[in-house]
Amino acid sequence: MGDFTMPSLGADMEAGTVTEWLVKPGDEVHRGDIVATIETEKSTMEIEIFEDGVVEDLVVPVGEQVAVGAVLAHVRAPSAAPLTAPRTGAPASPGAPPVVTGEAGKVEGVHGKPVVLSPVVRHLASEIGVDLERLHGTGAGGRITRSDVERAAHTVTRAPEGRPGEAPRPDAGRARASPYARRLAAEHGVPIHSLAGSGPGGSVIARDVRAAAGVRAEALRGAAAPVPAGSATKGRTAMRRAIGALMARSKREIPHYYLATTIDVAAAADWLERANLERPVNARLVLPALLVKATALAVHKVPEMNGFFLDGDFAPSAPVHVGVAISVRGGGVIAPALHDADQLEIGELMTRLSDLVARARNGRLRASEMSDPTITVTNLGDLGVETVFGVIYPPQVALVGFGRVSDRAVARDGLLGIRPCISATVSADHRVSDGHRGGRFLAEIDRLLQEPESL
Amino acid sequence: MSATRRVPPKTGPRSEAARADAHLVHLLTQMLRIRRFEEQCVELYSRSAIRGFLHLGIGEEACAVGVMEALGPEDAVVATYREHGHALARGISMRATMAELEGKLEGASRGRGGSMHIFDAPSRFFGGNAIVGGGLPLALGLALADHLAKRQRVTACFFGDGAVAEGEFHETMNLASLWHLPVLFCCENNLYAMGTAIERAQAETDLTLKAASYRMPAWEVDGMDVVAGEKTAPTAAEAVRAGGGPHFVEMRTYRFRAHSMYDPDRYRAREEIERWRERDPIPALTEELKARGLLDDAGLERIEAEVAAEIRDAVAFADAGALEDVADLERFVVSEKGGGQ
Amino acid sequence: MSEITYREAMREALAEALSRDERVFLMGEDVGRNGGCYAVSLGLLEEFGPERVRDTPLSESAFVGAGIGAAMGGMRPIVEIMTVNFSLLALDQIVNNAASLLYMSGGQFNVPLVIRMTTGAGRQLAAQHSHSLEGWYAHIPGLRILAPATIDDARWMLWPALEDPDPVLIFEHGALYNEKGELTEATPGLDIASAAIRRAGDDVSLIAYGGTLHTALESAEMLAAEGMSAEVIDLRCLRPLDTEALVGSVLRTHRAVVIDEGWRSGSLSAEVAARITEDAFYDLDAPVTRVCSAEVPMPYAKHLEDATLPQPVRVLEAVRRLGA
Repeated sequence: MGDFTMPSLGADMEAGTVTEWLVKPGDEVHRGDIVATIETEKSTMEIEIFEDGVVEDLVVPVGEQVAVGAVLAHVRAPSAAPLTAPRTGAPASPGAPPVVTGEAGKVEGVHGKPVVLSPVVRHLASEIGVDLERLHGTGAGGRITRSDVERAAHTVTRAPEGRPGEAPRPDAGRARASPYARRLAAEHGVPIHSLAGSGPGGSVIARDVRAAAGVRAEALRGAAAPVPAGSATKGRTAMRRAIGALMARSKREIPHYYLATTIDVAAAADWLERANLERPVNARLVLPALLVKATALAVHKVPEMNGFFLDGDFAPSAPVHVGVAISVRGGGVIAPALHDADQLEIGELMTRLSDLVARARNGRLRASEMSDPTITVTNLGDLGVETVFGVIYPPQVALVGFGRVSDRAVARDGLLGIRPCISATVSADHRVSDGHRGGRFLAEIDRLLQEPESL
Repeated sequence: MSATRRVPPKTGPRSEAARADAHLVHLLTQMLRIRRFEEQCVELYSRSAIRGFLHLGIGEEACAVGVMEALGPEDAVVATYREHGHALARGISMRATMAELEGKLEGASRGRGGSMHIFDAPSRFFGGNAIVGGGLPLALGLALADHLAKRQRVTACFFGDGAVAEGEFHETMNLASLWHLPVLFCCENNLYAMGTAIERAQAETDLTLKAASYRMPAWEVDGMDVVAGEKTAPTAAEAVRAGGGPHFVEMRTYRFRAHSMYDPDRYRAREEIERWRERDPIPALTEELKARGLLDDAGLERIEAEVAAEIRDAVAFADAGALEDVADLERFVVSEKGGGQ
Repeated sequence: MSEITYREAMREALAEALSRDERVFLMGEDVGRNGGCYAVSLGLLEEFGPERVRDTPLSESAFVGAGIGAAMGGMRPIVEIMTVNFSLLALDQIVNNAASLLYMSGGQFNVPLVIRMTTGAGRQLAAQHSHSLEGWYAHIPGLRILAPATIDDARWMLWPALEDPDPVLIFEHGALYNEKGELTEATPGLDIASAAIRRAGDDVSLIAYGGTLHTALESAEMLAAEGMSAEVIDLRCLRPLDTEALVGSVLRTHRAVVIDEGWRSGSLSAEVAARITEDAFYDLDAPVTRVCSAEVPMPYAKHLEDATLPQPVRVLEAVRRLGA
């Protein structure tokens, strides 16, 4: 018997609320299976299990907040009898269609307007593993209908992975939401799935959405009542508070030092241009992918930048999981991990990066992605920022910042030329390294970017 | 036959002496119109122009014709679902009747009723009631309205022997008599309630006894003899009109065809049907008119030709009729503004 | 303004109708000499005479049918049936004739008839005098079904019902006859088509009619004590249903509890719930819930009858289940 516990998904996380169970007692689970979604102050995430077995019982009901480390479920070791076949419908195994988590607010109709989904559609989609976000509704106003889901299910069953249509039944204890709550959530852009329900059976009802949206209930009474302009939403406030607490802790505990350098990216830009000529439009590479890859490889030379400072000691990390700072809708920033970024072929890294950004903005990150980063990269270049001096995410020990690419006069080989350059910085933990190592690290990034083909 | 419960026909305003011979020809013509109309209905049913239930009264024409002759335009008629004859004899046009059977907008009931529900306000023809016995309380109410409004009118209520087994029959007989209401109960006893012979349905097969038990004048007449009917009905109708309370007339009749189209008629012996056919009211009257020199073959042919022409016209009218716009489907579930009485 | 009972209000309405229109007459079992089984028509025989206050034998089908025929014959009959259970004996006339004649005749014969009957339980009358079958009648196109639950509606619904060119059934809950209240003058707003908001609220809509209106109001009072604001909707007219009012209320409260003394299965409460679900689905913050009578023939014993009927405590439970 093993305990499945509330994971720590970040240094700032003290507790989490189960928002959905994707398994039920008796379900077989395998390492890596997504078994639940939880909500923290910062985000809603799918959490995975790390052992094989059979779910014995669910200890924490949907809607209940428990501390990190609390037992969420008991998992029985697999029976002695060998399994005849791998469970085909394991929730969201790699390659499986994503489990729909039913965020009404995220689904857009053909006219780009958010549409509300009927309970049966959500239920069906969830049952057979159809991603509602990828569907085009054929119902009134672009509404996704049951037959749309069923058609899509057809496609699912013929997915290249050859997975049979048998699907997970993640509805045991899954959070339900009232139609009105769903509609409000859609209107206010609140990911309903991220909400803890206070209604019957833990269902999400309007007041939960309102609370999340930070809109006073009175203002919503009456269909035509306008939402007060400029009212900061409670959800955003919560995230801001969480970021604030984390960053305050970082600044309080971590003796930062900051270094900056200017890197000539002409070679990288040229290489990108050539490489993209051979790539289909949707697989084109962008500079940030190279920056992430260069950072990931650079830590091989300067391992003091990669790992965690825990219990008064630095624990270097062998894997390089680069946290990528992503601003999310409605404000706030999260930095989920791009796992093993140093090992990824650049095209693959590009694909994963795009996927990570998309999922982060849809609130569909996995728990491990939130807890795993060993170093973080932030890139504010597209906002026109020249230089970024970031704050380290505890318990990480370094954060690399990139500004915008700008043409500068650069002397090279005795000649003055106009070159595209980028400002690269590192904020590092003085408890672990010092400026010398930091400088070495930036130099290595620079060196790697001059040989883009090696990335 | 006890005199206490049988009121012998009295001499009414339409005295035998006053009745012109031409009137007998009129009676024959009316019966022929109904007979040929219904024969045409069989054909139209066979080619699907008429659908639903189609109950034919072939053989029973004398009943309707005889009673209707006794009514004035101010009187009311409540009929059964076997009411083509009642409708035509009451004066509803053959066009409107046929159009109704064909489900056309020009039909008596805009095609909403069909064969079983012919209604006509101008002639105070209150249906076409297809719930056996269901029309009797309506007739009671129509008579009650006349009574309360102090109008000297008769409500003629047709029903069959089957209705006599219904509670509504007994409730209505009782109330009509208790309240002394002007209803002429016209029981067309064709001996069968659908497929059930009267002996198998009634403990007392003398239906006049039942009516008489409610203390109302009741007698039976030969429903196959239009002249006999014509003698009785006016007498009874006038008695009712004069404030004599409800009267009950049982007309012993027979339908030559089955209960409805596609009724296999397994419950009657061929011989029985043949026996009754020998009493067919139409040949009977024809022979009598011929015997008395009031009608010759040429005259009969002329009548038949006129009737045939009327039927051809009615069918053409119905065939050319419009189907009600489906948009009007929900009209008349409730009264329209400004409509109603 | 003086207080009168529901019974007196109904009697005043009858007297007014008989005085105003000579085509109006009242007919039913014991309405005359006995003054009505529930004493509603007490004194009317003396005032209007036996022709217009007409005692009938126990022949529901015949005298209801007679009402239909008289209506077609130009009168404006008011037929009283002692209880809704007895009306089943006249079901043929009500459904096959009153409701159908206008349509069946292609618009030729309307039936301007009013049928009054008592309905409902609460008086230990057991299984053949206590049921609430008005929902059945509300199923029938061609009928208008009214359920006066207040003194004012008892007093002022009858005349507009008589003015309706089509059949109107008025269901008087037997437990209401002794209800006392102040009577207001007829207002132009009083109609026989719309539902009424008997108490405004924000958190949940309690939808009731007839005998359950008081249950709903009482429940709302108790909910208020718990800090919850319940809106009470009185359907008043069960057919046609005032869907707009139902939806309007749910748009404000986002929750609805239907309180109906009828049984739940295949019921009027089901219809109300369905309408709300059809027209206000995306405004519902909880499933539409119903509090109905237990699905048993009404028992005689008081405690069993109480347990059968919708009580405020059950309404409160239902509201709590909605998470309101």
